[in-house]
Amino acid sequence: MQRNTARFNREAKDRGMQIIPSIPPRTQTVRDQAIEIFEQGSGEPLLFLHPARGLDGCEAFLGALAKSHRVIAPSHPGFGRSDAPYWMNTVEDLAYFYLDFLDALGIDRFTLSGSSFGGWIAASLATKLQKRISSLVLIDPLGIKVSGREQRDIADVFAMKRTDLMAAMFHDPKVGAFDMKALSDDQLTIIARHRKSEVLFAWSPYMHDPKLKSRLHRIDARTLVIAGASDDITKPEYAKAYAAAIPGAQFREIAEAGHLPMIEQPDACVRAVAEFLAG
Amino acid sequence: MRVFHFSEEPYPNAWTPDAESLRITLPNSECDPKTAADLYHRYLDEWQLADELGFDIMVNEHHETATCLTASCHIILAILARITKRARLLALGVPLANRSDPQRVAEELSMIDVISRGRFEMGFVKGVPFEPPVANINPARMMDRLWEAHDFILKAMSTHTGPFNWEGDHYHYRNVNIWPRPWQQPHPPVWITASSIGSAKAIAERGHVLATFLIGYKTRELFDSYRAVYQATHGTMPGPDRFAYLALAGVGNTSAEGIARATEVKRYLDTTGIVYEPFRSPPGYAPVADNVRVMRAIANGQSARMVPTKTGEMIDVTKNFTTEKAMDAGLVFAGTPNEVYEQIVDFDQYAGGIGNLLLMLQGGALSHEDTADSMTLFAKHVLPRLKEYAANRPQTADAAE
Repeated sequence: MQRNTARFNREAKDRGMQIIPSIPPRTQTVRDQAIEIFEQGSGEPLLFLHPARGLDGCEAFLGALAKSHRVIAPSHPGFGRSDAPYWMNTVEDLAYFYLDFLDALGIDRFTLSGSSFGGWIAASLATKLQKRISSLVLIDPLGIKVSGREQRDIADVFAMKRTDLMAAMFHDPKVGAFDMKALSDDQLTIIARHRKSEVLFAWSPYMHDPKLKSRLHRIDARTLVIAGASDDITKPEYAKAYAAAIPGAQFREIAEAGHLPMIEQPDACVRAVAEFLAG
Repeated sequence: MRVFHFSEEPYPNAWTPDAESLRITLPNSECDPKTAADLYHRYLDEWQLADELGFDIMVNEHHETATCLTASCHIILAILARITKRARLLALGVPLANRSDPQRVAEELSMIDVISRGRFEMGFVKGVPFEPPVANINPARMMDRLWEAHDFILKAMSTHTGPFNWEGDHYHYRNVNIWPRPWQQPHPPVWITASSIGSAKAIAERGHVLATFLIGYKTRELFDSYRAVYQATHGTMPGPDRFAYLALAGVGNTSAEGIARATEVKRYLDTTGIVYEPFRSPPGYAPVADNVRVMRAIANGQSARMVPTKTGEMIDVTKNFTTEKAMDAGLVFAGTPNEVYEQIVDFDQYAGGIGNLLLMLQGGALSHEDTADSMTLFAKHVLPRLKEYAANRPQTADAAE
């Protein structure tokens, strides 16, 4: 580990979130679309699909994985600085996009991971890609409906005040704080793009595809589902139900972490992933 | 110049001074159906009075809110279509982007046009930012939905050769063949609202009426942007009948009485933005660049809601925004009939000719007696003079310069 969790969190609180990750980006063309990619390390490819708030804060987690993998972390179409054609407006579209993306990069077999909204895309992608994903790591994924029609599985982030949202999202809400005054117009533009695309892709049905749960049986990759113990966006029970719907999936809870454990507890997440990949 | 009487049919009984939200989240236990019935009957009486006094009539709608009991402008207009005799009946508007079924909208609007024997004016609006959660319509592409529904409704109203199909980005129909077809051919006049220069373009290209609400001394640049596109598209300058401006108004026997009435009407302005914070501007509702500007303003501790006066001074709408300041900003016309006449003429000249003046003469808890007196004073002493003034003013902004 280049940095430990405590130090990372201290730094995050000092600097605030920066919105644009501190990894040099490159641009990859996928069927005429310019896609922003943050890539590091070498070895077996590991594709990481980011949550709706982007890749900022994931540097420690991705950096540690890059010691043993070629870690490829793109900005989804419509997020970061990636293009999106008008017709893309569902997570299914994004999953099909990643089929094209893998073709464009010439990647055959790989490890797939995704967090939250990116976990939803990853799960959908995995149902379409048998025999090519060596391991699948879903971190508090969204995307399925578990409970009844009058229960919410996923907190309505569009109906929460910012302070409530941070409290639900993080074990320590200060981790997600950013100083809007210190941000450039570029950074604010990325925030506005993320929010707009999150709404476009996940407004209704809210943060899920009613059919995805019934398709999860198709996933043939070894699968680990990770949940933050303090997650109030999706409770650990939701992640457990997700794991139960994927054949043979393991489940692991990360202490003192909310909905984005790879940001709050990168060490513990890296350990969990390393143990799973080694096993 | 046509003058439309407008009320949002407020339910002020539920307006508490320190409310966190008067919309969307306020439980309907605060709504007494008996009080609501009395209010509906009263507001209908006032529209009927407007019809008798020579006003035209404007109705809008909002949802899940104590600020406006008109949850469907179609229902109020259906009643008015039968009980009024001469007034034009303007919906401004149907929040088209929030509607999931424009075929049903086309049918209901045609009914209103037919029942009123061709007195219907068909206004379409995007809908306020608070209401996508109510309709559960994606906030990200509302303007696209508005324009597709607009195209669909006009085709549904003007197609008389039997069923057609529609397979668009947002709406799908297999058998469109509405009965009744509208009285006015090919369809009732179309109005669309806009408040920014960019959104006037599509309205001008189609030659529809451009309506704008409470933007005061930003109106001229908006109207000029419409005029430029209209001239480029149609080869002539648009007349004043292509423009509508909405303001609040109070008329009294003395200045003080008129201003006091307008001050009660102005409680609309004071309360309309009181909504649970996360619903104020859902992501995607406004373009990315606009959101960046708003975030920057908030980060710098500035108000994102500033309006100019006639002399260009910027006033913060969110702080100590008195009736006098709102008058300086062109949002309120108030005083004696003569004062109100002069204020309106001054604003009309500034804007380059407004063919349709939309006046909220009832708002807040302004009583029926005060509302009726304000309306009557306007109808007797202001409206005839405005008609005469408008008949003699140049018909295009170009000629005015």
